Amino acid sequence: MTTKIRKTQRQGAILFSQYKRGEGIKKALELGRENILFELKTSKLKGRGGAGFPTSTKWMLTAAAKAEEKFIVCNADEGEPGTFKDRVLLTEYPELVFDGMVIGGYTIGAKKGLVYLRGEYEFMLADLEIYLEQMREDKLLGDKILGTDFNFDIEIRLGAGAYVCGEETALIESLEGNRGEARNRPPYPVNTGYNKRPTSVNNVETLASVPHILLKGGKWYSSHGTDKSSGSKLFSVSGDCDKPGVYELPWGTKIKDLLKLAGAKNTKAVQVGGASGICLPESQFERTLGYEDIATGGSIMIFNKDRDMVKILKNFMEFFVEESCGQCTPCRIGNVKLLEGVEMIERDNYTFAYINELKELGKSMQIASKCGLGQSSPNSFISILDNFKDEVFNTKRNGGNNG
Amino acid sequence: MLVTEKNSLAQEIEELCKSYGSDRSALLPILQAIQKNHKYISDFAQQEIARMLDIHPVEVYSVVSFYTFLHSEPKGRNIVRLCRTIVCDISGKDLVENAITRELGIKFGETTKDKRITLEYTNCLGMCDQGPAMMINDNIYTQLTPEKAVKILNELK
Ligand SMILES: Cc1cc2nc3c(=O)[nH]c(=O)nc-3n(C[C@H](O)[C@H](O)[C@H](O)COP(=O)(O)O)c2cc1C
Ligand code: SF4
Ligand code: FES
Repeated sequence: MTTKIRKTQRQGAILFSQYKRGEGIKKALELGRENILFELKTSKLKGRGGAGFPTSTKWMLTAAAKAEEKFIVCNADEGEPGTFKDRVLLTEYPELVFDGMVIGGYTIGAKKGLVYLRGEYEFMLADLEIYLEQMREDKLLGDKILGTDFNFDIEIRLGAGAYVCGEETALIESLEGNRGEARNRPPYPVNTGYNKRPTSVNNVETLASVPHILLKGGKWYSSHGTDKSSGSKLFSVSGDCDKPGVYELPWGTKIKDLLKLAGAKNTKAVQVGGASGICLPESQFERTLGYEDIATGGSIMIFNKDRDMVKILKNFMEFFVEESCGQCTPCRIGNVKLLEGVEMIERDNYTFAYINELKELGKSMQIASKCGLGQSSPNSFISILDNFKDEVFNTKRNGGNNG
Repeated sequence: MLVTEKNSLAQEIEELCKSYGSDRSALLPILQAIQKNHKYISDFAQQEIARMLDIHPVEVYSVVSFYTFLHSEPKGRNIVRLCRTIVCDISGKDLVENAITRELGIKFGETTKDKRITLEYTNCLGMCDQGPAMMINDNIYTQLTPEKAVKILNELK
């Protein structure tokens, strides 16, 4: 009855295409560091964890940093509400993720890779450990990988139920045995990361894209998607639709086409990017997913016309109040104030002047918070109040059917 | 705590330090192991870990208190965490929640008298395509109905 690893027949242009364990590593060792970085640069791959930083630049910076020891970290903390694509990659395509880590380690000059796996995903730990053991037997991990003088191994560490630990500097703090509190930047992890060593933190999906890029070339990869958003993206689709699940689609896909694929009917709102993302009304379903328009880590939550937007917003704000690490005031106090505001709206006990003040507070939080959590937590507050004002501020709101 | 219990816990912590090392970065894995074996990390365990890693006990406490999955108070033998994030919320989480609390006669945040089950909420488990979802100890259960959830709970030892 428990969720165990099961292979699903999936189809996609890149990540969900054919791949055999080790192929990418072999190719990488033939290519050498310079050529790997060149192919990555040509591919225009950007980080899939949300921030969209070019992966070739991150690896180049870490490779250039001088130190006795370096690390590559796979960010498998996947805590953004509505996101589960990394779960699918780790359970169904571990060959892509781990080969990508080995290639990354080789490129930046690391001997050790760490996977930060969210505590909620402990159910897959035993299978992943077995998988790593098989890689060692195949000489894809350990000393003298594939007969070369490259040594590299991977260790999996578990998180313990804190969303903020997905933020890369909080993640590093957590790996070091501290509270998962974000650090000031600079210094950046590429210079001062895990145990003060140069560290490249990469999302699961980013790493999984690398083996395909090396095998088929950066040019081939960038021929998918759009100019500024190359390649494909995994979208975690859930909520009111007939076919929830993970979809691999080219960047540049329109919201309305994604809704059609997922079998969504009667859709009122689409929340893109999770609780920290934005909420779009029907009039904006023509918009496209990609860095040109709506950049996202791939969480797509669909809400139909029966749902109450105020309750949805309240759920998001409760999430942030709980997950704020409390280190800085704008986020610690701000999220509580925003939640109280939503509760006032729920009880029809507010003035527009006060709600507008809260929106301004949200805008200050976006600027003044220390890390991405507090900087993005006001997004849903602002976008739901703006895009659904007729419903939100209608005193005859029916409370919907959110059960 | 009995002296024998203390001794065996101290020994367990020593063993853990041997396998995970005595660096600060071993703290979380050690705490997670104690949490798993005892369902909570007692004051004594925290002090002993601090001693072994050569850090102040307050440091250990501050880490334990930060992470949702680490507890400094005793919990039930099974920790049940129901996802309360939005997708599960609109897929019937309330019905499951009502059935569970009715069956066990406790509220969320509480532990049954026989210490069999502690009920807690959790945020998105990454199973939104198969909600409602809950986590029991290390396992995740999906596509819950009230009947299915109650049956799963009744099978817990
Ligand atoms: C609150 C918060 C949570 C985050 N959670 C994750 C996460 O679960 N997984 C992830 O890859 N990136 C997450 N990020 C982004 C990371 O900080 C970082 O940008 C990313 O891991 C870099 O990898 P990439 O360049 O491959 O995207 C989070 C950021 C913030 C602010
Ligand atoms: S923004 Fe929020 S989560 Fe980030 S450091 Fe400040 S309080 Fe912590
Ligand atoms: S919302 Fe419950 S698993 Fe994601």
